[in-house]
Amino acid sequence: MRETIEGSFQLIGGNFARAGEASIELKRRLTELGLSEEIIRRVSIVTFEAEMNVIIYAAAGWLRYSITPEHIKIVVEDMGPGIEDVESAMQEGYSTAPEWVREMGWGAGMGLPNMKKNSDEFKIDAVVGEGTKVEMVINLSRGK
Amino acid sequence: MKLHEIVNELSLQVKSYGGGLERDVTGGYVSDLLSDVMANSKEGNLWITLQTHENIVAVASLRNLAGIIIVNKREPPWGTLKKAEDEKITIMTTQMSAFEVAGKIYQLLICGHM
Repeated sequence: MRETIEGSFQLIGGNFARAGEASIELKRRLTELGLSEEIIRRVSIVTFEAEMNVIIYAAAGWLRYSITPEHIKIVVEDMGPGIEDVESAMQEGYSTAPEWVREMGWGAGMGLPNMKKNSDEFKIDAVVGEGTKVEMVINLSRGK
Repeated sequence: MKLHEIVNELSLQVKSYGGGLERDVTGGYVSDLLSDVMANSKEGNLWITLQTHENIVAVASLRNLAGIIIVNKREPPWGTLKKAEDEKITIMTTQMSAFEVAGKIYQLLICGHM
């Protein structure tokens, strides 16, 4: 793998039936590239959590990725409500998900903490009423 | 232990054969919180849950789980089974509670018999 590989998926808010398709497709591509199980595990966790957040909270969004010999970068950007209190949202157990989403087993307040825990670099920008952007980097050379 | 041995011992009903019954089962994980399963289950685990909606298939696929056992007589909807066939995930159901299924699988995997 010498050059940068890039791609993107469109995510539609509220479409639970197709939730996970972007993450599963990206996992397939990483498996084809022969990346280690540990890297694939971490990428799967961060992409699926980010994908679910768009589906649960936003109207629509994009998941973009780029793979270089050094790292995998994942950017998930949405048109959604943003996050009023990012500091609280980063705490495990904090969630603003409605009851019906919790009954599905989502909204346990583990999404953003899981994303941070499994990334080597994690950045979140949220503007209330406009949307949220999450950027995550997972190093390929020396993972954490 | 192979998945088909556990299916036979526990008389589980196989609802989707997508992933086949030849997988080696490395252990189990019991949870109804999907992010918890994403974070803490291990490859080859059997996932014991009462969730039936289609997102469980994506979780099992992304974490390379050996299969999903749905407890308490709950029936997965058609959409979940269709997705499971597409993603090659084996889904089973049982009348037992999560506690009972987990206990039996634990015994089978650790002691080799119930």
